[in-house]
Amino acid sequence: MTDTLIAGLYREGEPIADTKAPAGDIAAKWSTRQFEAALVNPANRRKLSVIIVGTGLAGAAAAATMGEAGYRVKAFCYQDSPRRAHSIAAQGGINAAKNYKGDGDSVHRLFYDTVKGGDYRSRETNVYRLAEVSADIIDQCVAQGVPFAREYGGLLDNRSFGGVQVSRTFYARGQTGQQLLIGAYQALERQIGAGSVEMFARHEMMELIVVDDGSGPRARGIVARDLITGEIETHLADAVVLASGGYGNVFFLSTNAMGSNTTAIWRAHRKGAYFGNPCYTQIHPTCIPQSGDHQSKLTLMSESLRNDGRIWVPKNAADCDKDPREIPEEARDYYLERIYPGFGNLVPRDIASRQAKNMCDEGRGVGPEVDGSRRGVYLDFADAIGRLGEDAVRSKYGNLFDMYERITGENPYQVPMRIYPAVHYTMGGLWVDYDLQSTIPGLFVTGEANFSDHGANRLGASALMQGLADGYFVLPNTIRDYLSKGPFGPLGEDHPQVREAQDSVRSRIHRIMSMNGTRSVDSYHKALGKIMWEKCGMERTDEGLREAVEQIRALRADFWTNVRVLGTAEGLNQSLEKAGRVADFLELGELMCIDALHRRESCGGHFRAESQTEDGEALRHDDEFAYVAAWEWGGDGEAPVLHKEDLVYEFIELKQRSYK
Amino acid sequence: MRISLKIWRQANPRDKGRMVDYKLDEVSEDSSFLEMLDLLNEHLHEQGEEPVAFDSDCREGICGQCGVVINGEAHGPERTTTCQLHMRSFRDGDEIIIEPWRADAFPVIKDLCVDRGALDRIVAAGGYISANTGSAPDAHATPVPKENADRAFMAAECIGCGACVAACPNASGMLFMGAKITHLGELPQGQPERDARVLKMTEQHDLEGFGGCTNLGECTRACPKGIPLNVISQMNRDLLRTGFSV
Repeated sequence: MTDTLIAGLYREGEPIADTKAPAGDIAAKWSTRQFEAALVNPANRRKLSVIIVGTGLAGAAAAATMGEAGYRVKAFCYQDSPRRAHSIAAQGGINAAKNYKGDGDSVHRLFYDTVKGGDYRSRETNVYRLAEVSADIIDQCVAQGVPFAREYGGLLDNRSFGGVQVSRTFYARGQTGQQLLIGAYQALERQIGAGSVEMFARHEMMELIVVDDGSGPRARGIVARDLITGEIETHLADAVVLASGGYGNVFFLSTNAMGSNTTAIWRAHRKGAYFGNPCYTQIHPTCIPQSGDHQSKLTLMSESLRNDGRIWVPKNAADCDKDPREIPEEARDYYLERIYPGFGNLVPRDIASRQAKNMCDEGRGVGPEVDGSRRGVYLDFADAIGRLGEDAVRSKYGNLFDMYERITGENPYQVPMRIYPAVHYTMGGLWVDYDLQSTIPGLFVTGEANFSDHGANRLGASALMQGLADGYFVLPNTIRDYLSKGPFGPLGEDHPQVREAQDSVRSRIHRIMSMNGTRSVDSYHKALGKIMWEKCGMERTDEGLREAVEQIRALRADFWTNVRVLGTAEGLNQSLEKAGRVADFLELGELMCIDALHRRESCGGHFRAESQTEDGEALRHDDEFAYVAAWEWGGDGEAPVLHKEDLVYEFIELKQRSYK
Repeated sequence: MRISLKIWRQANPRDKGRMVDYKLDEVSEDSSFLEMLDLLNEHLHEQGEEPVAFDSDCREGICGQCGVVINGEAHGPERTTTCQLHMRSFRDGDEIIIEPWRADAFPVIKDLCVDRGALDRIVAAGGYISANTGSAPDAHATPVPKENADRAFMAAECIGCGACVAACPNASGMLFMGAKITHLGELPQGQPERDARVLKMTEQHDLEGFGGCTNLGECTRACPKGIPLNVISQMNRDLLRTGFSV
């Protein structure tokens, strides 16, 4: 570890490596790993227990599959039912290398597109496996009764999505996430009914229990709060899986569900799990623009709309307040079609987002002014309606159009929609190896909660794929190798390390409840979100990030002296729930800024103003930054420690991404 | 906008509960109904009064976690979820009465939050297709006629919010249950368990304390996803097919 602080903010530790992916050809790695991973015989599985936190696509799929296999599973979610997990809100679709359209798709092409779409900051081995199991996901979901869109012959339909030129996306109108989640939820409920999974809804994980019984530290359980009774519960097991989703709500305004939070992974980070690429945030280009200060969240419009909608702004800023229907064709700038003729409106998310921001920064944004500027561009369906007819457009995107009208009060069949980028998905998360195991033995992390397979940016329709791949196919095969060494011995609730975890939860809750300051939790969350969006959002600078670190530290200090939570810790207290989550966001936000500061390159959705090409495109520096930044918790008030995992590209050549 | 609110406050499941009056100024008509409640809660916090507990999560109309009775109607005056209801649906000076879902099977937890775990238990009783992971045939092995696929999809749109129960004078859960039975029953994959599914689910439904259906249609009128009443007929036909006797 470096003795002195780098940039005054962090230290550098030993490099790390993923040692689980077998050597050899990329196409054989996963089958080799599955063969090499030890088996657990069915009679022994009953003796092994697993805790799964989060029941979205990754968690519900994993819990159902582990339950089917015969392990004893306890699953937890903060919502009132596992069917509410935020995976449900995904609209567009799920990718799979089925080549049902015969348009040249293959596992290798999906792999290639995903690595390229991640701006060469994802791990080759993981991404290849994701592409490999993608086809099985569709088979599994269809067998469960997921009602994917079909053609008249009864076969499945596909469409294309941003960043790719083949039609490999399976979809269920604009509700693909809901249908996939309901499939996983039903599989989970089946196991709950069968008694192999015990479900704890309205429970929140507050702390990870790590126990060292002489053979090194292992994750052995969690401390959870029953959100209805307020009771602090201890749950012990042989392994813990975190499938608790992403942390985009650090920005306050995002497309995430209101309850989405970072607590599960942040508590694990503080207990020794490294945090990979925290600053990697995906900005989604097609969200409904903010309309004012009252707003609690942003709503995404599926990216599939870009298949038929054309994006434009007026050529002249003077036209921006005109009715768009009165702006003639020659006065419109279809800027994506102009700058990127090969991909047009289907360029990847980061490019579509940044160009929308550029247009608005130039003063050519449309819609109402918020904080002094217009932040919106048109997504126009007039051509598609002319070409296909309103009925065809309605059958493809009807529910999205209805949702848009409900939120904005405007009819998008008549007036072009307005869209603007928003925080949507986080590609950082806990660092995991090929087995999805974190740096704490026995702690596995799946779906959006891990640092993921997506690199610096994410192509559309790949998050649903990762959640289900991890949950149904990857984790159940890799965790058995770990479990084959168990059970890890009996453990009582009075073990000193279990006690310590319980006590820390109780004292933290007591501290929050007894502060009795003046400010509400939401006011801190909004203030943090503003700092994060302005200084660690779509565009970052060295100076801005340093300011952000200072501002977050001051805000956090204020929180711990001046927050006020009313009510009691016994029983349902939604302000207390939020306070714990915001406290963790206030620590994570600082790490995100430090990570963004140290990565002096632009890649994916992360535009460092100091690193751009002559024509303003993102400029990567592969010689310096082709690594995963895995951060170790340094201790309260101490600097974090950076461990680098070099990204080795054996099968794909690193290229500057160009969609022109 | 200025509005007056009458809100059901109940400290815990054992508390009797009561209606409490509040006033709010400066409500933006562009804010959603729940953002209006957020604003109220900020004011309550300033006054040292405990905020109103209510459920919501995605606030995009799809997770199904939100839901209150507004002026006597489940999810309020528009056909949508509470989170997608906007204040422009009301007028300046309106009085708005807000209550939790009311049904024996949905006990109140606090204020506007209720426990809808009974819906999960109905699904756990049989609302699935048994398909273990990793053994599925190729997705194209079983074609599904488009009209069946579309009808399955229509029924699968149910978000499990429970508005159908809250709207029904009998507090029946049959629209929810019929939607699931129709969704799975329209697909070839759903046939092997079709009889067992309807029997087990209806048995659980009755055990949970939901009432029977008397074809009033309030459920479908309140459903934010427009699930039609005929899913209940399909459920009844399936039930008759099994030869069950009342």
